[in-house]
Amino acid sequence: MKPTNSPAGARESILSKIRTSLGASENDDARTAAAEQRITAKPRAAAPLRVAETGTDLLARFKDELQRQLATVAEVATATEIPAAIAGYLHANNQPLRLRHGADAYLSSLDFSSVEGFETARGAAAPDDSAGLSAAFAGIAETGTMALASGPDNPVTLGYLPDTHIIIVPKTRIVATFEDAFELLRERPSANPMPRTLNLITGPSRTADIGGRIVIGAHGPRRLLAILAGDL
Amino acid sequence: MSDPATKRPRVGLFATCLVDMFRPSVGMAAARLIEYADCEVVVPHAQTCCGQPAYNSGDRADAKALALQTIAAFEGCDYVVAPSGSCAGMLKAHYPRLMDEGSDDHARASAFAARVHELVSFLVDVRGLSDVPGAFSGTVTYHDSCSGLRELTIKSQPRTLLKSIPGLELKEMDDCEICCGFGGAFSVKFPDISNAMVEKKTANIAAADADIILAGDLGCLMNMAGKLSRQESKIACRHVAEILAGELDDPPIASSDDKR
Amino acid sequence: MQPTSHDFKSNARTALADRQLQEALSGIPGGLVAQRRAARDRLPEFDDLRDYGRDLRNHALQHLDIYLERYEQAVTEAGGHVHWASTGGDACAAILRICQGAGAQLVTKGKSMVSEEIGLNANLEKAGLEVVETDLGEYILQIRHETPSHIIAPAIHLTQGQVEADFRREHSQLPKDRRLIDPAELVDEARQILREKFLNADVGITGANFLIAETGSSIIVTNEGNGDLTQSLAKVHIVITSVDKVVPTFNDAAALLRLLARSATGQEITSYTTFSTGPRRAGDPDGPEQYHVILLDNGRSELLGTEFREVLRCIRCGACMNHCPVYNAVGGHAYGWVYPGPIGAVLNPGMIGIKEAGNLPNASTFCGRCESVCPMHIPLPKLMRHWREREFLEGETPFVTRLALKSWATLARQPWAYHALSRLMSRAMKFASGRHGAFTWMPFASGWTGGRNFPAPQGKTFQELWAAREKQAARTGRTQ
Repeated sequence: MKPTNSPAGARESILSKIRTSLGASENDDARTAAAEQRITAKPRAAAPLRVAETGTDLLARFKDELQRQLATVAEVATATEIPAAIAGYLHANNQPLRLRHGADAYLSSLDFSSVEGFETARGAAAPDDSAGLSAAFAGIAETGTMALASGPDNPVTLGYLPDTHIIIVPKTRIVATFEDAFELLRERPSANPMPRTLNLITGPSRTADIGGRIVIGAHGPRRLLAILAGDL
Repeated sequence: MSDPATKRPRVGLFATCLVDMFRPSVGMAAARLIEYADCEVVVPHAQTCCGQPAYNSGDRADAKALALQTIAAFEGCDYVVAPSGSCAGMLKAHYPRLMDEGSDDHARASAFAARVHELVSFLVDVRGLSDVPGAFSGTVTYHDSCSGLRELTIKSQPRTLLKSIPGLELKEMDDCEICCGFGGAFSVKFPDISNAMVEKKTANIAAADADIILAGDLGCLMNMAGKLSRQESKIACRHVAEILAGELDDPPIASSDDKR
Repeated sequence: MQPTSHDFKSNARTALADRQLQEALSGIPGGLVAQRRAARDRLPEFDDLRDYGRDLRNHALQHLDIYLERYEQAVTEAGGHVHWASTGGDACAAILRICQGAGAQLVTKGKSMVSEEIGLNANLEKAGLEVVETDLGEYILQIRHETPSHIIAPAIHLTQGQVEADFRREHSQLPKDRRLIDPAELVDEARQILREKFLNADVGITGANFLIAETGSSIIVTNEGNGDLTQSLAKVHIVITSVDKVVPTFNDAAALLRLLARSATGQEITSYTTFSTGPRRAGDPDGPEQYHVILLDNGRSELLGTEFREVLRCIRCGACMNHCPVYNAVGGHAYGWVYPGPIGAVLNPGMIGIKEAGNLPNASTFCGRCESVCPMHIPLPKLMRHWREREFLEGETPFVTRLALKSWATLARQPWAYHALSRLMSRAMKFASGRHGAFTWMPFASGWTGGRNFPAPQGKTFQELWAAREKQAARTGRTQ
């Protein structure tokens, strides 16, 4: 695997210096086997007690953690309730009834025409979009984090350009830990299980770069709504 | 080793160079406390300094020579006790590191280190002391010196003993675990930073509104006392052993002879 | 960046006298430090996790060559390109080539300490490119022509008032009478200005908190979302990072992510943690068309073979500087090079030499607070002491210090002479101090007595008092 753009020999020189420093030889089967073994076995750190203890209510933990991160959390029983829930949220925040989402089948099945005047569009975010709607493939209870895989179903820009980001999280896909979410990713029916970007989102955009005070809405969304859907 | 007649353990008192030269009353207080904990005290004459100034200045060779000298000086002691977290930390945590792994010297330093204790942790953790001979009525606050706190986990021990003194009230100050800015040669090499650090410390000491500031290390105490003295503060500065042993005849650190 | 570490002492003096800086620094204990403590308290197993993190980083470093090759292979399979760079100059050249190849004019950039290490902005600007920092703190520094004073809170040395003045000066196209009182108003103004840059950028450069060998992914951790806008709107995404950042698997990254934000800002996790693997895929509606990773060495491969190896475990959380009383007193710029605080005191001498950076490992009281909070258990005081040893061996320790040390050590190795001199000094100093108990001025210690008094000794040494007691005991037949 020769890189094309490195100065002549940089790769070999760096790797050889590393081996010298480690006192290792280039084709040390035992070392290679130890590394390969870790990549295959993928050992996990002990899961945080807050999600590992028996009887943990992962859904409650997920909601609690996400709310601590200044996101709004709503719950719906079925898809039919989602347009009205979103409309209510946008209305409460003085936002226009407009949003954009990707090709995700569940999002595409939502009937926004049930709310009068609700405009929707598809595809990657445009500069003047006010709200983006995405679907998470997992919710991670330990920190209230939502995991999104980029692609036609979920254009990545929808989560960063609009002022409002809304994410649908299937209740059945609430898992305990990051590692559990990665396992779901590895199960995706795709040649390369890794999307171009995996976005772990935990709250709206924020900064503390001016005088150490937290301000919401730095470059990305000023508000984040998570909708926990029961029929997914 | 221990006195065969009394079965009392024989404790070598490592006075530390600062106590030896600047405040011997701390050494006397330490001896009294060790005796109170039912031990015999010996003070080897061949002790000088633990070697930290060399060690922390990168001069390993001299530090090692002093380490070997100190180890030899305390042959025959069941325990080696120092009224300083910093020096005890040097003897206990760093002496073995000065020797080549696997060498005889390393084995000697490790065996020596196992017998070393800081004074107050020795009294509480090793001797199980829960009361002290000292008597004092008034308020004190306590500064946790860095090496004692972080290398030897000395935190509760001095407080346990202080609270056993009837009439003594311990008022904790803010940031009692933050360095006072002494740092040995640091205070001489970087006096401006050191001074800024001790200024924050004395502000916290003043805010605690206690009669006395106590600590377990003379270096930190000289730094804090020097600052308090410059600020013409009325707060007295003493080594914790002085209060615990009731050795309060000498004026506080950096105080005039008229203040006793 | 031209190092000024050799001027640390005067840098520090200037910093101590800078009232705005002191005001800005005063927020650290109640802010980042208190928040970390609260996060740690919410996760009782935090310290176990630190042990796990240390061990996994040790494993990664022990097999670094293998994981790097594995990582490179995975990046290439995902359609990305890996560029190896031995020096900062090589890294800048590689980035410039990519930018020029893409016909770039405007480059947006997320926060990256490695880019500071290699002086990337100046290099690209020299070639005629416009480079815009998009992290708010970094943007503020860019318009002030300053460097970061902290590795995760780059503008921590500034007050809100200073930022307001900078914005009014720099954004002169905006109405003069606009309100900029609330921090949110300042943030909003920067948001408007940077939005334009994001949308028009040709190349987006980010750093990487970790690289994953298993999948060839690079990870960025941000709160603002600027890194995501930087890397998903431009047609080329370049990751500038260093060879020490690779970990074996996703699960390993998860373990470190649990430690990173908690140690850094006291957050459970940052708002955005983003894993990038290759360029956009067929059918993707957005994302960069090209994905390049620059793997910088800059002395790290050599450090790996020295007594400083453990510093390479660093995950750049900044906890060491937040908790360092010296950093808290003088701020980051006094350190005079890219990495401030305890981590800088260990890293910088390895990168710019002990001759230039010798002050830094010496400017520590060895209070050990840095090591006690380091999520990777890096023994920072021990490593600083190793630099002092190198300095001493290489003859870089100042002559006066060396002379004082040697004379003292020679004396301390002769107990009789030592005790005799101690007796003499104790008496002489006691005599000189009169009844005052302290000196307001001392020869050879005028630095000390500039700000505080020097306590006087009691007049006799402990050895004397003890000998007298023993004599007395022998006379009275008392046995102790």
